[in-house]
Amino acid sequence: MPSLIEALMSQVGRKILTGVTGVLLVFFIIFHLLGNLAIFGEPDAMNAYSHFLHQLGPLLWIARIGLLLFFVVHAWIGISIWLNKRKARPQDYKVYSTKGGPSRQGLSSKSMVFTGFVLLIFVVFHVNTFALGDMNTVVVNGVEMHDIKTLVLDTFQSPFYAFGYTFVMLLLGAHLGHGIWSAFTSLTVSSKKVSAAIYTIGVVISVILAIGFLFIPLYIYFGGGCEAALIQCN
Amino acid sequence: MSEMTIHLKIWRQKTNKDAGHFEDYTLPDVNEHMSFLEMLDVLNENLMKEGKDPVEFDHDCREGICGSCNMVINGRAHGPKLKTAACQLHMRTYNDGDTIVIEPPRAAAFPIIKDLVVDRSAFDRIIQAGGYVSVKTGAAPEANLIPVEQDTSNDSFDYATCIGCGACVAACPNSSASLFTGAKLSHLNRLPQGNPERAKRTVAMVQQMEEEGFGDCSNYAECEAVCPVGISISAIAEMRREYVKALF
Repeated sequence: MPSLIEALMSQVGRKILTGVTGVLLVFFIIFHLLGNLAIFGEPDAMNAYSHFLHQLGPLLWIARIGLLLFFVVHAWIGISIWLNKRKARPQDYKVYSTKGGPSRQGLSSKSMVFTGFVLLIFVVFHVNTFALGDMNTVVVNGVEMHDIKTLVLDTFQSPFYAFGYTFVMLLLGAHLGHGIWSAFTSLTVSSKKVSAAIYTIGVVISVILAIGFLFIPLYIYFGGGCEAALIQCN
Repeated sequence: MSEMTIHLKIWRQKTNKDAGHFEDYTLPDVNEHMSFLEMLDVLNENLMKEGKDPVEFDHDCREGICGSCNMVINGRAHGPKLKTAACQLHMRTYNDGDTIVIEPPRAAAFPIIKDLVVDRSAFDRIIQAGGYVSVKTGAAPEANLIPVEQDTSNDSFDYATCIGCGACVAACPNSSASLFTGAKLSHLNRLPQGNPERAKRTVAMVQQMEEEGFGDCSNYAECEAVCPVGISISAIAEMRREYVKALF
């Protein structure tokens, strides 16, 4: 029998790791979107939410380190599978096309490495902009906290950010369109009925997440956030 | 009965060491009722009459059950039709004047022997690693001695229909042999006869699959689309479940 490390590094193990980390990242993304909705709440809701997360202390750090680990493992295996392709087929076909039918080959599945790579770079920029960005402080109900809301509203006044984010969120949708179903297939869902249902649910979740995320930058860019927050935007 | 002109672009490669190249041929009188392989037979007869080397291709039963004829036709393993082996493909699928590109299955684990013929012994070695049931062969036992539920027997048989043609590897963008290995495991592991060696078999076959240089599975499901017997990628999900179970 292989050791646990050997098993995790086998073709089956790598795929299960990709599936587990992928599903956990999707859960994170769902919570992230729910958190973002605070921008539509009371004027102080977003800052209060951010403050609440920062108050979690060690729990927040456990979540951060966990997320980083999931992300790195997911990306690393994805890239290594892609690099392995050339080794397994040194000479490509002159003509190649999908046979259709039950095949899941399409824009979403074929572009997993591309969309994943863009998301990898995006996350670095995103964390740098919002988690590590310069923020003023604001006092809410006598408590001093970071003014993340103003940073968000200011950032998305820039067309580069507003449309850049929109584009990347479309890629996120494309990545999850194949990814959610693929993760569950990797996590050994073998029933044809369940698998077909997961594919549909996966696509619906991807569309909701992509639209949910890209709506916010566009909403702010086109002036929605300014009225709600009573902030003077350009 | 209509006859048509078919243009062919076929991969020619003298030996495994040869670089290989495409050669163009035109057949002016292809009968629509010919099978794809009969069309290649006509080409080869013509080539031999001209004193040229015929196009080497694998074939045996020509009735879709041996799996020898796997070749990549216009970018699709076994040609354009679902659940159809290349030998069961007929020229009526094509139109007068069509150009058909024929390539061997391409994978590092399937080295080309000549032209369209590849060495698929990597599959044999995966089977040797565990794709069997060790039993004492005495007199034939009574068929109903070990009861098998109808559903289990049906599912097992669905996976047992794998003919080992290698179309799954040929069509997979990653050249993965997961459908083949998964089908063999799903066939044997669910039967009482296959149960005692279940864990050992699963681990050994998965390991051999990787050692042969087949790529990773990315769940494209293209393998299911090209499989001439329509084996579902459920087999791959089952292989993964069996592998996890084998560890504990």
